[in-house]
Amino acid sequence: MSVLVYVENTAGEFKKSVFEVVSYAKAIAGLLNTDLTAISIGTVDPSNLNLLGQYGASKILNVNSDQLKSFVSHSYASVIASAAKSENSAVVILSNSFSGKGLAPRVAAKLEAAFAPGAVALPEISGNNLIVKRVAFSSKAFAFTELKAANKVLSLTPNSFELKVDQVQPEIIDFDPQLTNDLNTIIKDIVRSTDKVSLADAEIVVSGGRGLKGPENWGLIEELADALGAATACSKPISDAGWRPHEEHVGQTGISVQPNLYIAIGISGAIQHLAGVSASKTIVVINKDPEAPFFKVADYGIVGDAFEVVPQLIAAIKSYKAG
Amino acid sequence: MKILVCISSVPDTTTKITFTNDNAQFNSTGVQFIVNPYDEIALARAIELSEGGKGTVTVINVGEAETDPTIRKALATGADDAVRVNAKPRDAWFVAHQIAKYAKENNFDLILTGRESIDYNGTQVAGFVGELMNIPSVSIAKKIEVQDQTALVDREVEGGKEVLSISLPCIIGVAEGVAESRIPNMRGIMSARTKPLQVIEAVEVAELSSVTKFETPQPRGEVTLIAANEPEKLVELLHSKSHVI
Repeated sequence: MSVLVYVENTAGEFKKSVFEVVSYAKAIAGLLNTDLTAISIGTVDPSNLNLLGQYGASKILNVNSDQLKSFVSHSYASVIASAAKSENSAVVILSNSFSGKGLAPRVAAKLEAAFAPGAVALPEISGNNLIVKRVAFSSKAFAFTELKAANKVLSLTPNSFELKVDQVQPEIIDFDPQLTNDLNTIIKDIVRSTDKVSLADAEIVVSGGRGLKGPENWGLIEELADALGAATACSKPISDAGWRPHEEHVGQTGISVQPNLYIAIGISGAIQHLAGVSASKTIVVINKDPEAPFFKVADYGIVGDAFEVVPQLIAAIKSYKAG
Repeated sequence: MKILVCISSVPDTTTKITFTNDNAQFNSTGVQFIVNPYDEIALARAIELSEGGKGTVTVINVGEAETDPTIRKALATGADDAVRVNAKPRDAWFVAHQIAKYAKENNFDLILTGRESIDYNGTQVAGFVGELMNIPSVSIAKKIEVQDQTALVDREVEGGKEVLSISLPCIIGVAEGVAESRIPNMRGIMSARTKPLQVIEAVEVAELSSVTKFETPQPRGEVTLIAANEPEKLVELLHSKSHVI
C-alpha cells in the first residue's frame, strides 16, 4: 500500500500548489509509514515529472493517452480510482483547486471512500481512521471530520501547507488505465487569461470596494497589484454593480481566498466579505472610516483616503523593489 | 425538458457561527435559515430555461419538516413542484444518495445545484450524484445554455474558463453569474401554498465520515495602525515582520 497523490499539470507544467499537495501527501505517507506515489495525466516532460521527486514522490504513474488530452472529470476520476486500486492505495490526496473540486468527489464515490474536502492541516491518526481539519461555514469555522471508511480521499486547500523538500529519485512508470466508460463530454474551447495572476493561485491579493467610487478608478487597484505581482479582487457590491466580473468577487458567496497577503482598499468589512478572506495570513486594510469593521480583523491598518494613500504606497513598494 | 434543482437550507449569510455541546454541534438557536445562495442562482437559471412552456422545474431538499418554509420559498420563486426527503441531511454522501435515487426514478434531463453550500462548503453533491448516476458532472459552472439534448457550459478553471458541450442528462454545480437570484412576488407566494410538496422517505446509506468537533479561527492580535503619510513603514513591516513581500 502507498499514498496516492494526483498532480495536475497546467499546459505541461506543475504550479506551486501541486508541490504543496505532494509535500502534504508525503507527510501523510510518513505518518502511515508508507511511500508516496504520484499520478500525472496528460503530456508532461520527464524533467518536470522528476521535479515531483524533490518533494518525496518515489513513484510516478504517467498517464498519457489521446483520450485524456483534456480534463473531463469522470474520465480523470476513473483513471485515478483505477490507479488507487492497482497501487492498493487506501489514501488518495488531491488539491482543492477548481479541477480538484470536480474530481475529488467522483474519485471518492468510485472508491466508496470517506471524503474530506478542503483540508487545511495534517490529519490526526485515530486507530484506522483519520481526523481531518477542514474549512466550514465559509471559513467562519473549521470542522474536524473523522474519515471512517477503509478508503479515504482528502483534498488540500491551496496555500495551507508549506513546501518541504524531501529529495528522492522517482521511478517513472507509464500507466494504462484501460478506460471503458466514456460519457459524452466535449471540450470546445479553453479561454485562459494569461496576462494576469489568477486569484486562486495568488500569494498576494489586492482588493477594492465601494470606497473606489467607480470602475474608472480601478487603475489604482491594478497598479498596486502590478507593483506587488498580485491578483486583483473586489467586494460583492462591486461585482453586483458590474464594475468588475463575478469571478473577482471574494467573500462568502463568491470565492474564498487565503493568500499570504490580502490588501483591502475601501472595503468596510461586512461579515460575508470577511468570511471569504479571514484565512489570509496577513491582512492590510486601507479605509478612510476608522470605525470600519475590517480594522478589527486586520494586522495592519491605514486610516486615510484611498486616492491619497494608495499612490504613495505604490511609490513606496516600487522603491523597496528597486532595492 | 424536466429540470431538478437540489436546494439546501443554510444559516443566513450574516450569521455569527457558534457551537454548543462542547463544540460538537452547530448552535442554531436564533439562526435564520435561508435557501443556500448558490442554489437560489441554480433555481433562477432553471426557471429561465423552463419558461414559455419549455419545461418543468422540480426542487428537491433533504431535510426534516423544519425546512418546509425554505422549500415553499423555492416554490414561490417559480418552481412547479417539490420533494422533501424526510431525514436529517447527515452529510453530502447521504444527501447525494437521496437525490440520485429520486432522479433515477424520475428521468430528469438536467439537474442543477449550487456549487457548494455555505455551511459545509464541500462542493461534493454534483460529483457524488454524477458518479452514483453515471452521468457527467460539472462542479463549478459560470454559464449554462441548453440546445436540444446538449448543455453548453462554461466551467471555471485556474486562470480562465473552458467551454464544454455535454450530452444530457447531466448535473451541474452553479456559481455566481449564471443567473440573477429571484425574489418571489405576491402571486408566487400565494400560488406556492397550493403547489405540490411531496414528502418521501430516505434510503439507508452507510456513514463513512462524521464531524467530531468544530473550532472557530484564532482571533488576530490588535491591528497595527500606520500613519497615512508613512506607507514606507507598512512596506518595511510586511517585509521584515510578516515576511510576505
